[in-house]
Amino acid sequence: MLEISNLACSRGDHRLFSGLNFSLDFGQIMQVQGANGSGKTSLLRTLCGFITPDEGDIIWRGESIRELDEEYYAEMMYLGHLNAIKDELSALENLRISAGLSGVELDEKEAMAALRRMGLRGRELLPTKVLSQGQRRRVALARLLVSDAKLWVLDEPLTALDVGAVALIQELVAEHLKREGMVIFTTHQPLQVAGVEMRSLSLS
Amino acid sequence: MAINWFKYSAPTTFYGLAGKLIPWFAVSAAILFAVGLYIGFYVAPMDAVQGEFYRIIFIHVPASILSMFLYLVMAGYAALGLIFKTRLSAMMATAIAPTGALFAFISLWTGALWGKPMWGAWWMWDARLTSELILLFLYLGFIALHASIDDPRRADRAAALLAIVGSVNVPIIYFSVKWWNTLHQGSTIKFTGTSMHVAMQQAMFTMLVACWLYAIAVVLARVRSIILERERNTTWIAELPEVRS
Amino acid sequence: MGMIEGHAGMKKTSMLDLLVLVIRRDLVLAMRRRADVLTTLIFFVMVVSLFPLGVGPEMAMLRKMAAGVLWVAALLSSMLSLGRLFSADYLDGTLEQMMLAPQSLSMLVLGKMVAHWMVSGLPLVLMAPVLGLQFDMSVQALGVLIIGLLLGTPILSMIGAIGAALTLGLRGGGVLLSLLVLPLCIPVLIFGTGAVEAISSGLDIASHMSLLGALLVLALVFTPWVTAQALRISME
Repeated sequence: MLEISNLACSRGDHRLFSGLNFSLDFGQIMQVQGANGSGKTSLLRTLCGFITPDEGDIIWRGESIRELDEEYYAEMMYLGHLNAIKDELSALENLRISAGLSGVELDEKEAMAALRRMGLRGRELLPTKVLSQGQRRRVALARLLVSDAKLWVLDEPLTALDVGAVALIQELVAEHLKREGMVIFTTHQPLQVAGVEMRSLSLS
Repeated sequence: MAINWFKYSAPTTFYGLAGKLIPWFAVSAAILFAVGLYIGFYVAPMDAVQGEFYRIIFIHVPASILSMFLYLVMAGYAALGLIFKTRLSAMMATAIAPTGALFAFISLWTGALWGKPMWGAWWMWDARLTSELILLFLYLGFIALHASIDDPRRADRAAALLAIVGSVNVPIIYFSVKWWNTLHQGSTIKFTGTSMHVAMQQAMFTMLVACWLYAIAVVLARVRSIILERERNTTWIAELPEVRS
Repeated sequence: MGMIEGHAGMKKTSMLDLLVLVIRRDLVLAMRRRADVLTTLIFFVMVVSLFPLGVGPEMAMLRKMAAGVLWVAALLSSMLSLGRLFSADYLDGTLEQMMLAPQSLSMLVLGKMVAHWMVSGLPLVLMAPVLGLQFDMSVQALGVLIIGLLLGTPILSMIGAIGAALTLGLRGGGVLLSLLVLPLCIPVLIFGTGAVEAISSGLDIASHMSLLGALLVLALVFTPWVTAQALRISME
């Protein structure tokens, strides 16, 4: 259960939002909406603990994330604008390293299966710098398949993806929600999840 | 009467308090400077060994002491700012840096001016002067780092961390420089072998206090202008008489 | 199609595994960008070669200067390479993922420092005696030089990492980093060169070496955590 109470954030001198209150339960999905510059990315990054809010608190399972620290990080996963993959490494190496960093040892078979499901068959071993933007995004998104995090924080996950990939991500999100996961995200393209009520938070 | 100190840790109230205190510090500093320089340059006798030139130490020694003291105070405020996240502490640390650097610079210059007539060289690599030079670098590094970061919060916190790391290193640096100096049988700038004449002690002490008061006045003035700049978008600033006019 | 089969059976990585993972990752990345590694080494050789050109080839003077020149050049080369410690990871987003890892960030940072030293510091240590011969250093002096650099270059990497973390993404970049870090490296310079001087005068080097050793231990204990804090400050 994620609770945000009285959250206020600024960027430099500029106050982005204040008095923000909401809660998200397991199995729920929430879209953060707002004009460009309204603080959507800042809100997501505050959820990750990168930004310290001016006021208010973020509570996970009843405790402040500031106290929980690593216990919170073990249960959440963030995908931002940057893909967080190394150009010089192959998709396989990238995936295994991200998994390792989040504390999970992924063997080659499992990693290859994940990459294949993401539509990267035949490209798993190439250095990611030769892949297209869309393919690199898929490598980044492959983490969704191998992570056991409960909370997914996704900042514009569908960027550079084609229709087929978008459908796949929607499928993965649906599966995650069915497993009692939760998702909070922003997007410029529509993301529909079948059979689930989409909650919405507007920051303007 | 119990003073509620926490009231003054808010920039709003501190601004007013600082404004009232500055004239007191400035005037007393000016008076003490005058007294100290008078004693140091007229009253105190000529030194048996060094003649008249030694008098520069009445500026050199207080400047050195203040430069080191201010670094510790700056690091202290930096630590307060990082631990308790108080805005004013961070602003104080930023305000102290230029003054500390100035004293370090004055100390180096007066050290050189002293060295020239005494030993014929503009610079001596003795342990104290060299440590003073490194201290100046530490100050400049703090100022440079703060100036290079646009986001004021990140700037404050990054510079604060640097100040704390620096202050922990200062004893190590001083020790190593001293060692280096003795290894190479470098010169040691000493004043006299025996005790100082009473008038010299008075002059030294007066100048030290004068520099300290001056430092307080200047730092308070600087912190006020930092407060004005940082809080420029708030209403209480807009309502100040000096801003409204 | 559901989750990958056998997902629940995946092992969790231990602290040591994590350290090894980070070190291997950085080493593999360095190997695939070999140019970066070599430029640091070439810079080191060039700087050392500038001194005889600047002060003249008189052997007696060069022998006296040798330790100082080599150490200062090692210092400067380390400063140059430190910019790379975090910047690539910062730019492609992998650094922020490391900060979200459910493991100690200090451990990850230590791993990066170790890898960085192996790639940028160790080559200098190996190259130094070769250059030392150009300065007509004696065998004992060369030996003390190598041991000193072996103890000292990791310290430089670690103190420099704090600077690299503080200056992450800033325009001033490498020069600012050097300005911040060089004063802090002075003790290492003094003890390292002092040791070579001592051995050349037939004196005991135990105190120099133990001081360097002590600084190394202090650095190992404190710098990873301080660097992690600096990274959090810079990432806001």
